[in-house]
Amino acid sequence: MSEIASHTSARVDLLLVADIVDRGARVLDVGCGDGALLQILTRDRNVDGRGIEISQAGVNGCVAKGLSVVQGDADTDLVDYPDDAFDYVILSQTLQATRRPRQVLEHMLRIGRRAIVSFPNFGHWRIRTELMFRGRMPRTEALSYSWYDTPNIHLCTIHDFVHLVDDLGASIDRAVALDRYGAKMRVNAPWWLWNMFGEQAVFLLHRKRG
Amino acid sequence: MDAGPLVAPFSVAYQTYGELNPDRSNAILVCHALTGDQHVASAHPLTQKPGWWSAMVGPGRPIDTDRFFVICSNVIGGCMGSTGPASTNPETGSPWGLDLPVVTIRDMVRAQAMLIDHLGIDTLFCVAGGSMGGMQVLQWVASYPDRVFAALPIATAPKHSAQNIAFHEVGRQAVMADPDWRGGRYAQFGVRPTKGLAVARMAAHITYLSEGALQRKFGRKLQDRVAPTFSFDADFQIENYLRYQGSSFVDRFDANSYLYVTRACDYFDLAADYGGSLARAFVGAATRFCVVSFTSDWLYPTSDARMIVHALNAATLPVSFVEIETDKGHDAFLLDEPDFMATTRGFLESAAIARGISQPSKAVAGK
Repeated sequence: MSEIASHTSARVDLLLVADIVDRGARVLDVGCGDGALLQILTRDRNVDGRGIEISQAGVNGCVAKGLSVVQGDADTDLVDYPDDAFDYVILSQTLQATRRPRQVLEHMLRIGRRAIVSFPNFGHWRIRTELMFRGRMPRTEALSYSWYDTPNIHLCTIHDFVHLVDDLGASIDRAVALDRYGAKMRVNAPWWLWNMFGEQAVFLLHRKRG
Repeated sequence: MDAGPLVAPFSVAYQTYGELNPDRSNAILVCHALTGDQHVASAHPLTQKPGWWSAMVGPGRPIDTDRFFVICSNVIGGCMGSTGPASTNPETGSPWGLDLPVVTIRDMVRAQAMLIDHLGIDTLFCVAGGSMGGMQVLQWVASYPDRVFAALPIATAPKHSAQNIAFHEVGRQAVMADPDWRGGRYAQFGVRPTKGLAVARMAAHITYLSEGALQRKFGRKLQDRVAPTFSFDADFQIENYLRYQGSSFVDRFDANSYLYVTRACDYFDLAADYGGSLARAFVGAATRFCVVSFTSDWLYPTSDARMIVHALNAATLPVSFVEIETDKGHDAFLLDEPDFMATTRGFLESAAIARGISQPSKAVAGK
């Protein structure tokens, strides 16, 4: 879903995600776009990587690059994957564009031993200010669509996401927030600070065993 | 054979292109479709037309004969040199006709495996094919999981649908309704059921195209006339085109063979051989797959390809899946579709690196 991550920066979140993945792991990248993350993972981390991508152009590009990618939809096709098929299931900048984010997360936690989710934080102070003082649906560098044509239909804040993870009975192994310059925020900063100043977040999750 | 009786000895006619490397690791088996043959990239001996997949196979093509050793054999049940209903039954000295046991996709693949043994190849780098060729690709991985490094099933299905069986049955009935068919013994009477076979081909040919392409190419255009003749002449260009397809087909294809190859597709249901679970057909294989379908193919639609992909995912095999946007229908797999060519090239390139097959170089070729 390359069209969703509209900003053209170096995609710091990709490097951050790649950094979390163990070498040689089995990885499924859901919404892998043009395969940038899979390429990094295959080249630098020697992973056995697979991808799902909804757009034909994205899939064709990935396969031409030699990546194992299938055309599919995160909302409907994850159900076909068996339990524990992967070490990591990654959802990079795609959660907000799914129709049923909760079910997608449930499947990710079922299919993978760990799930990595990165998403734009709708609780960022700039977004709050837009709505509060301009009274308009927020448009930012990272979320540049108008309300009527955005593919991002399920936006959430970092705080919201932490609640959902709790509801799902999953555990957070790691969480990182990035400020608008792509720099990692202080690890010991409290949640409310992340929720206010983090422009994006990356979470490493696993489900609690029976 | 799956039908029971053994046919021995039997012949397999094949063509090869390129050179087998010293490791014997660069062999690609191309499986042909219903009425294809072993002349994948060389002129057809009867029609003198270029090989049926010359867009895909050849020097510098995605299936690069400068790099890979390409093998293509005529299926058993066919009529281009491999044992089929027109071959001589050694017991009677006459053509087999309908006495030849019905051939299955698995039988075709068994015969190919014996050919690969004969060529001294243990593991094929890739098995590739479209339509009925794609069924053979799937069967290869199911039957010989250790012998296939990469698989490229194109515009195909894990089983024949009721609609597909229906179209094939129309074709067979057309052949058998021709008085010259004579219960399949036409060769003994020195005749050929060309009318019936031509009709079968005309009906089948419609299923290989899409409505969009027919409309674009022919529409309601008239053939060499300005007004309808109000007769049963081929007034419309589409009629003329289909008649040509039918009549040119009978010059190169045997009517009984058509019955056998269509039947082989009809009986194909890979999941049924594995307790109803398609995934089970692939469990234990490590073959990397690239599954391809075409948007306007209604004979083997994308939903069929997705069935294959889902099963491969469930069996946790490395799989890529691409649906190519085109209005050219099922026949698109034979044509020079840029996205399709790029996909195949990329898939084979990465698989070749994983397999340790070197780039083609003039120095190596010249040794």
